[in-house]
Amino acid sequence: MKVSVEVFLKPGVLDVQGKATEAALKGLGFANVSDVRLGRIIRFNLAGASADEARAQARAMADKLLANAVIESYSVEVSEA
Amino acid sequence: MKSAVIVFPGSNCDRDCAVAVQRSTGSKPAMVWHTETALDDGLDLIILPGGFSYGDYLRSGAMAARSAVMSEVRRLAQKGVAVIGICNGFQILCEAEMLPGALLRNSGLKYLCKPVTLDVVNSQTRFTRAFAGRAQAVMTVGNADGNYFADAETLRRVEGEGRIVFRYHENPNGSQNGIAGLINEGGNVLGMMPHPDRAFEADLGSADGALVFQSVAGAALEVA
Repeated sequence: MKVSVEVFLKPGVLDVQGKATEAALKGLGFANVSDVRLGRIIRFNLAGASADEARAQARAMADKLLANAVIESYSVEVSEA
Repeated sequence: MKSAVIVFPGSNCDRDCAVAVQRSTGSKPAMVWHTETALDDGLDLIILPGGFSYGDYLRSGAMAARSAVMSEVRRLAQKGVAVIGICNGFQILCEAEMLPGALLRNSGLKYLCKPVTLDVVNSQTRFTRAFAGRAQAVMTVGNADGNYFADAETLRRVEGEGRIVFRYHENPNGSQNGIAGLINEGGNVLGMMPHPDRAFEADLGSADGALVFQSVAGAALEVA
């Protein structure tokens, strides 16, 4: 299965990179932009796993390493390889 | 005092820490590579040094927190051995959940490298007893991710338990409550962003950092 884990700072945790990017976008004339958040996408393949198994495994990976629960939340997407 | 400095790939203050401990306390630490799976039970102090372990990949300290030696560091910490994480070492201790919270990107987005004045909040810990009677200390910060964050409940708890050891006199990086260093519940694990290892002799601009290592050495002597 193809897995994609998306990690973002939790709402309420100041995303200084998002803020700086938003300011730069506004400086370029995109006046209507708001709520810019910077995150991270981690993609990988999981061999021999069903979609449900792959989702569970990806969650375990996110809990153990890919995301820091103190500051980040994540979402998992799974698709056929 | 028997001490060890843990060396991760990308650590760059490991030697600074070793020299600082030796000149501050007279005893020379052992240098321990991160693949080590057995640490000496007789250690009085373990130091996780500053630097960029694993290139700061994923998150600062994330990889190092999960390396082989850390289960030994955790085991000895549970037995009461003193552990100091400085800068990247502090990030590693948070990532390893040996200290609460996390270190975010500095609020000004810049890498900050400068001496800072710290308020000595708690001089009753085994890391700060030599600061007794001192309201302030000067040490150097050098980091991009030094902005201490913890949720409101955690902050209330650590403040209520007197676990904040150093606070920035003027907050340089957006850290909540100006937190520059704090200890764990047991009082034997300290994480701090400023570098005592860059402030152990007057020639370095400040000798205040030596007091951190001398505090631990003093406590070790009493036990012995």
